Amino acid sequence: MTDPRLPAAYLQPGTSSFSDFLASQSPDLLPGRRALPQGQVGDLAPHGTTIVAATFPGGVVMAGDRRATMGNIIAQRDIEKVFPSDEYSIVGIAGAAGLAVEMVRLFQTELEHYEKIEGTTLSMDGKANRLSALIRANLGMAMQGLAVVPLFAGFDLRQGHGRIFSYDVTGGRYEEQAFFSVGSGSLFAKGSLKKLYREDLDETGCVTALVQALYDAADDDSATGGPDLARRIFPVVRVITAEGGRRVPDDEVAEIADRVIAGRMIRPDGPGAPLTGGATGGNR
Amino acid sequence: MSMPFYVSPEQLMKDRADFARKGIARGRSVVTIQYAEGILFASENPSQALHKVSEIYDRIAFAAVGRYNEFENLRIAGVRLADMRGYAYDRRDVTGRGLANAYAQTLGTIFSSGGEKPYEVELFVAEIGDTADGDQIFRLTYDGQVADEQGFAVMGGASDMVATYIKEHYKPDQSLESAVRLAVAALGHTDDADRVIDVDHLEVAILDRTRSQPRKFSRVSPARLSTLLGERGPSTPDEPDPEDTRPGTASSAGGPDDPSDPTDQTSGHVAPLEDPVTGESEPPVAPTSGVPGGPAL
Repeated sequence: MTDPRLPAAYLQPGTSSFSDFLASQSPDLLPGRRALPQGQVGDLAPHGTTIVAATFPGGVVMAGDRRATMGNIIAQRDIEKVFPSDEYSIVGIAGAAGLAVEMVRLFQTELEHYEKIEGTTLSMDGKANRLSALIRANLGMAMQGLAVVPLFAGFDLRQGHGRIFSYDVTGGRYEEQAFFSVGSGSLFAKGSLKKLYREDLDETGCVTALVQALYDAADDDSATGGPDLARRIFPVVRVITAEGGRRVPDDEVAEIADRVIAGRMIRPDGPGAPLTGGATGGNR
Repeated sequence: MSMPFYVSPEQLMKDRADFARKGIARGRSVVTIQYAEGILFASENPSQALHKVSEIYDRIAFAAVGRYNEFENLRIAGVRLADMRGYAYDRRDVTGRGLANAYAQTLGTIFSSGGEKPYEVELFVAEIGDTADGDQIFRLTYDGQVADEQGFAVMGGASDMVATYIKEHYKPDQSLESAVRLAVAALGHTDDADRVIDVDHLEVAILDRTRSQPRKFSRVSPARLSTLLGERGPSTPDEPDPEDTRPGTASSAGGPDDPSDPTDQTSGHVAPLEDPVTGESEPPVAPTSGVPGGPAL
């Protein structure tokens, strides 16, 4: 007869980390623990593309386009790539979409699990480090083409402002100032934000700058989806402030996107920045 | 010639049940009441850090009385079980019933296994549904029994008195405000006088259907609690527990050995099984280690 009670490992005090517990109890459920045959498998899986994030006084905004590509095919045109990881943080993903979504789910559970067991939330740096550990565990798959590169942002309640962290495939974690972008269109998005971002932008201004940046990314990168006017599919935008996080409703994003597009009808390359700096001020 | 000492199974189980009940009765009561928008938990608990009521999952909460280390272990196991299931399947697949079953199996096995001390705990596992009809409150006792409670339930020290009070005043589908008032009044109710419990000494939490987040559990802060309770007059501290005023026994100088009391701390002056001279057998005596006397929450 088997013992019907909860397994001993469940009743043992010790780790507050869900991923550590999963590794000891059901390691097959960990995203990075799968043995793959030799060779590149990156072309088999859809890839998510561009994520942008920027801070404003009092919070941080993250936005992601809606396209997933598989080689030259558009695998999905309304994928969501920006997720809340807990009440005060968001994570956006670029790279192998299936694996990334699974990793986000693990990360969400990890943060919630810690909060429930310890009765308190992890610090912002603690959360960023946990995400780092999850990505590091995926290095083997990353080397075979299934890389996941997230962008993590949140409101640091202790410091009282929004923070952004970027990662590399080895789990390296870097804090970014003001704005950042990851994914295939990130070069163009970052170039765009360089010219558009100002530190004194308010929430709506910040969202507009990110929508502009995604438009510029989609303009030059085939894997990034622009606003889909026929289907009314617009970027997913999430905002975190001291009051917690929320997703900006689709109609608000649509309104901003419509204004951006109207501007592009007149000047397809988007708003021009002054040739010599200082006129608008606030640029880094 | 020595005869093996025989204890009837009935007596063995009764002793173990008495032992567990004693431990549970030492703690203060926890009240749970269904109200229109969810389920409320309330308890008198001076500690702000050691909780008796906690979140398990989106719609599931856990409340316990008895020995802290034991129910804390069960709580953590519950969080692990729920998170594991929610991660492997989906968040909607984590149910209060599944959790109550796991707890019942665990408590029942420990209670009836001869080698282990029974857990001195009693638990509530509550889950809210989309409407009040879907709400469920399970009560789990130290021996692994599960009961499905309707409307309200009380466990812990003075549970009979508190339950009687609530039964007299309970109305279904009441507001949060009146549910909180009823629960707090019941906790402070005694036969001779009613106490006003200080808001800082109350632990109140709710599973709230109206919360927009998927996680429906929230603690009611002392500030919100005093708004909900309204003006109640000056608070009176709790009477010292009779247990508190009794001097603790040092392990070397215990009281007299009472073989009929399985929780007393003294043994060993008498050979446990038989007198070597007369051959008369003695009743079994509780071991000195692992016996309560520690704080019960």
